[in-house]
Formats: sequence, C-alpha cells, structure tokens
Amino acid sequence: MAKTILGRKLGMTQIWSDDDKLIPCTVIEAGPCVVSLVRTEKRDGYRAIQIGYGDMKESKVNKPQAGHFKKAGVAPKRFLAEVRLEDGEQYKTGDTITVDAFETGANVHVTGTSKGKGFQGVMKRHNFKGGPGGHGSHFHRAPGSIGMCASPSRVLKGVGMPGHMGSETVTVRNLEVVRIDAEQNLLILKGAVPGGKNGLLTIRLA
Amino acid sequence: MNRIRAIEQQQIREDLPVFSVGDTVKVNYKVVEGTRERVQPFQGIIIRRHGAGARETFTVRKLSFAVGVERTFPVHSPKIVTIEVLTRGKVRRSKLYYLRDRVGKAARVKELRS
Repeated sequence: MAKTILGRKLGMTQIWSDDDKLIPCTVIEAGPCVVSLVRTEKRDGYRAIQIGYGDMKESKVNKPQAGHFKKAGVAPKRFLAEVRLEDGEQYKTGDTITVDAFETGANVHVTGTSKGKGFQGVMKRHNFKGGPGGHGSHFHRAPGSIGMCASPSRVLKGVGMPGHMGSETVTVRNLEVVRIDAEQNLLILKGAVPGGKNGLLTIRLA
Repeated sequence: MNRIRAIEQQQIREDLPVFSVGDTVKVNYKVVEGTRERVQPFQGIIIRRHGAGARETFTVRKLSFAVGVERTFPVHSPKIVTIEVLTRGKVRRSKLYYLRDRVGKAARVKELRS
C-alpha cells in the first residue's frame, strides 16, 4: 500500500505508442513527496506514514504546522496525506518518495476531486431522458413522477432528483503508466483523471 | 502547459516536406496486415490542415472509381513513411470543401507557377 504518491494534474495530451497507436494521456506532476511522520504499532496502534507534497511559502505556514514540520525536520509542505504501511516496509521521517516508485506498464488507481458542476437538473445529474422537444410538448427537462400514490405515500430513498453535482472524490481505477520522467517528476498515464488542471491527485499502485 | 508542450515537441517530425492546402501529394502510409507490414500510397489533393503542433492533421481527397474518398492523417504520425509533394496548388482559401460539390474539370486546382 505504500506505493502512493501525491501529485497535481498538468493536463492532457496524446502520445504515439511503440506500435504506432495514438494514446490519450494525462500528464501528472507527481512528487517528490517527503515523509513527515511515521505512525508505529506501539504508539498509534497501526503502521503508516504521512507524506507531504508541494512547496509552501515560509510566511504562509501557520504556527501549529510549522511546529509539526520542524519536529520532523522537513520543509513545510502544502498537502499532507497518510498512507498505511504493509508488513516489512520501513520508512523514517525525511525519506522522499519519487516517481521512481512506479514503473511503466504498471496499473495505478488515481483519486481526485471531480470538477464542480453546481446545482444541476436530473438530465445532467442522473442521465434522465427528459421529454420530447417539440410537437406541442410542454415536458422538456423535468424529472416526471418521483414515485407512487397512497401506498407507499412517501418518496422512496435514492430517487434521482436535482441537486449539487461534482466536486466529489472520484477514483479512476487501473490506469496504465505510459511513461515516467524522473528528471521532471512526471507521470504520464493512459486515460483521463478526475478534476481540472492543477488539481491534487493521489496515485497508488493497483 | 509548457511541460506538456515539451512532451509534444519530442513527437514532432522534422523530416517531412513543406506542404499546404491545394497541393497534390502522395502519402506513403504503413499498413499492418496481420503480421505483414507494407506501404500503401494514397494520392490526392490536400483539402484541409487542422490543428497545430503535434496534434495537427491533414485531409487528402481523391476520386476512386468516380467516388470521392477523403482520408485524414496526423501530420506527425510515425506510420507515415514519406509524403511526396507532386504539384503545388494555387488556392485562395484554407479549406477546399468546395471541391466536394464539383466533378470533372471543375474539381481541379490551379497549379502554382513560380
């Protein structure tokens, strides 16, 4: 589980594969992540590491954070995440995790926050069909019936209704690593990942 | 954005000739049939260039047994072996879609004399 790294989405492009096929790719700047805390069985009851990603201005660090990073002896990082460790994995504070932890051809899971769509109707949010556009129809994008009559005389749970859409945590599973650029800390994956450009992503080995 | 452009820059081919809309070209394109690989030429007039950078494409139109056939190739595709420019065309617009409505003598493009 420890093969996890934080990064941000730079955008999408396309790359020619070795067998001359055009692959849609997402370019991610991943890491380097620094271990800022180690949780042990003895003290915390479970084994994990806290990893930090993204540089931060010294003046933007608040005092509790500053103390936390000072204790670990690492430069302040903007984003922190905790990663569970498997048996036998050893880390100490100050260790760095880079894209070298991954290899081309491997599959990864990518977690991020999807783009916010605001308050949306049922057609966009739940893929309802809507009504006919013309021919005297007055039923266009409304949800229609949301249930039965006197029995059960309530709306069943889980009925699709309008509401806020997007800005939620989404995981895309099994994206292939197409290319790794260790020099520039770039991870190029096949396919799309959640969120917009510069969005924070968690990438872990499948 | 610049870093993505740098990735795309690596894929840009520089061995291709200069060609533009209106030119008659012969595109030698690699075709894989099962395990065998051969080169298939496609000859016609370029009616459009679309996009920019590594993602640019161009469309070639030809008449095959009196049926119009258009094929779009990515400019920087590694499957393109060579592009031979046969004649340069003299055209006044960037997209030659009007050729689709024309047949015979009217569907010609004037040759550029320099």
